[in-house]
Amino acid sequence: MNAVTVRGLRKSYGDHEALGGIDFTIEAGEVFGLLGPNGAGKTTTVEILEGYRRPDAGTVEVLGSDPQRSGTAWRQRIGVMLQSSSLYPVLTVRESLRVFAGYYATSRDPEEVIGIIGLAEKADARVRTLSGGQQRRLDLGLALIGDPELIFLDEPTTGFDPGARRTAWDTIRELRALGKTILLTTHYLDEAEQLADRVAVLRGGVIVREGSPAELTGGIVETEIRYTRAGEEIVERTTDPTSRLHELTAQALARGEVLAELEVRRPTLEDVYLELTE
Amino acid sequence: MRLFVHEVRTEQLLFWRNREAAFFTFFLPVIFFLVFGSIYGDSTITKEHVRAAPFLEAGMIGYGVASTAFAGLAITMVIRRESGVLKRIRATPLPPATYLLAVLTSTFIVFLVETALIVAIGRLLFSVAVPDRPFSLLAALIVGATAFAAMGLGLTSAVRSAEGSSAVVNFVYLPMAIISGTFFSPKAYPSFLRALADVLPLTYFTKLTRNVIVRHEHIWTQGSSLAAVLLWGVIGLLAAIRGFRWQPRDG
Repeated sequence: MNAVTVRGLRKSYGDHEALGGIDFTIEAGEVFGLLGPNGAGKTTTVEILEGYRRPDAGTVEVLGSDPQRSGTAWRQRIGVMLQSSSLYPVLTVRESLRVFAGYYATSRDPEEVIGIIGLAEKADARVRTLSGGQQRRLDLGLALIGDPELIFLDEPTTGFDPGARRTAWDTIRELRALGKTILLTTHYLDEAEQLADRVAVLRGGVIVREGSPAELTGGIVETEIRYTRAGEEIVERTTDPTSRLHELTAQALARGEVLAELEVRRPTLEDVYLELTE
Repeated sequence: MRLFVHEVRTEQLLFWRNREAAFFTFFLPVIFFLVFGSIYGDSTITKEHVRAAPFLEAGMIGYGVASTAFAGLAITMVIRRESGVLKRIRATPLPPATYLLAVLTSTFIVFLVETALIVAIGRLLFSVAVPDRPFSLLAALIVGATAFAAMGLGLTSAVRSAEGSSAVVNFVYLPMAIISGTFFSPKAYPSFLRALADVLPLTYFTKLTRNVIVRHEHIWTQGSSLAAVLLWGVIGLLAAIRGFRWQPRDG
C-alpha cells in the first residue's frame, strides 16, 4: 500500500515554476529521501503533502486523502518537523511535549520521547536556553509525540555536529524499525545514503533520478583506485576492481615496492548527485 | 471540550511565564492606576463633575482592554506566526476554531483578573466603591474584550515581522489609549483631538465603563457606545477574516 502518491504535481510562484510536474510514490514503512540543492523544490513538495500549500496541477494522496480536504483524523496520523524550529521559548522541554501530546487522542508518553530525542538532562530546561541542535531535537520530538504513521522531516539534521547527526540517524532508524513511513528531505548525501530506502533527486523542480541509493550509485560502474608511486599520484578507473587490484599488488610485491596511500573507492551517492545537479 | 480546556491552560501557562508580556499587558494599567491615582485621585474632574479616582479606575479598565485584548494579543499572535508555532499547530489535530477560541478565552481571563485587581486597588487605596452594577460591568467587559480581540487579530495582518510587532502595535495602541481619554476627560481636549477621539473605539468602551462604574448606569441604556464598540469589532473581524495568516511571511 502506498502512503503517498504524487502524480503530475506542479506549483508556480508567480513566474517561477517551483515544481514542473513530478511523480513519485512512497510505500508504507519506507524511508523516502528527497534530495536536492537549495531551491530545488523539496520544501514546496513536502508542504503540499502536509496540506500547507495548494498544488496548481496534479494529484496528491497522503494516507488515502487529499491533504487539502483532510481533517483532524488525518492530522492524528501525521507528524511534521518543519525546516525551521517552531517552539515556545518560555516552556521547558517536558512542558512542550506535554502541551503537544494533549492535542492527540492517542500520543506517546512525553518521558519516553524525551529519552528518544536524548534530552533527558535538559527535560526541565527552558527551550530558549537550548542550543540550536537541541531545539531541533525537540522539534523532532514534537513530530513524534502523536505517534504518527507518516512522518515528514524537512532537513532534520541541518546545523548538527557529527555526533548529534549520528544520534538523530539512530532515532530515524528506530522509527523505521517501528514500521513508520518517513519522508526525509536533505541536502546531505551521506544522510540519504545512510537512511533512505529510496531516493529521488530533485533539481529545478523536476525529479532527475530516482531509486535506491545502491541503484543510483550502480549507474556508475567504474571504481576508483588511487596510489602513489615514486612520489606521483596515480588514479585509475576500472570496471573490474578485483582483478585490477590483484594485478597491481602482485606487481608491487614482485618488485618489492609499497603501493603508498592505496585507496579503493566506490562511487558514492555524492558522485551521482554532483553529476546530476551540476 | 477536553482540547479547549487543555489549550486554555496552555495559554495561561504561556502568558504568565512570559514576564515581559505579562508586565506590559497586565501590570502596566495597574501601575498607571497606582501612580495617577496617587497623584490626582482625590481631585475633581471639573468637566465631568466627578472625583478623579473612580473616573480613573474606569479609564484604566479601558486601558486594560487595549493592552491585553488588543495590543498583547496582536503581538503574541504575530510572534507565534513568524516563529512557525501557528504553522506547527495547524499540523496537529487541534481544530483551528478551538485554538482561537481558547486563545480568546485565556485573554479574557487575564483581562478579568486585571479588572478585579484594579477594582480592589480602587477600593483599598483610593476609596472607590466596588461597582454596584456587576452584571452590566461584566457584560461591558465581554463586549469590549471580544471587539478589541477582533481588532487585535485584524491588526496582525498589517505587521510583517516579529521584530516589528511591538513597534507597530504600540504605535497604534499608545496614542489611542491617550487620545481616547483613559487618563483624562476628552471633554477637556482641544477640538481636533476630540474629533479624533470621537472615532476611536476605546473612547466608547471607556464611556461604557465610566457610565457603569461612575454613574451607576445599566448597560442596556448605553446603546450608542455599545454600537460603536461593536461596529469597530466587526471591522476588526472582517480584517482578521481577510488577512489573518497561520504561516510566516517567508514560509
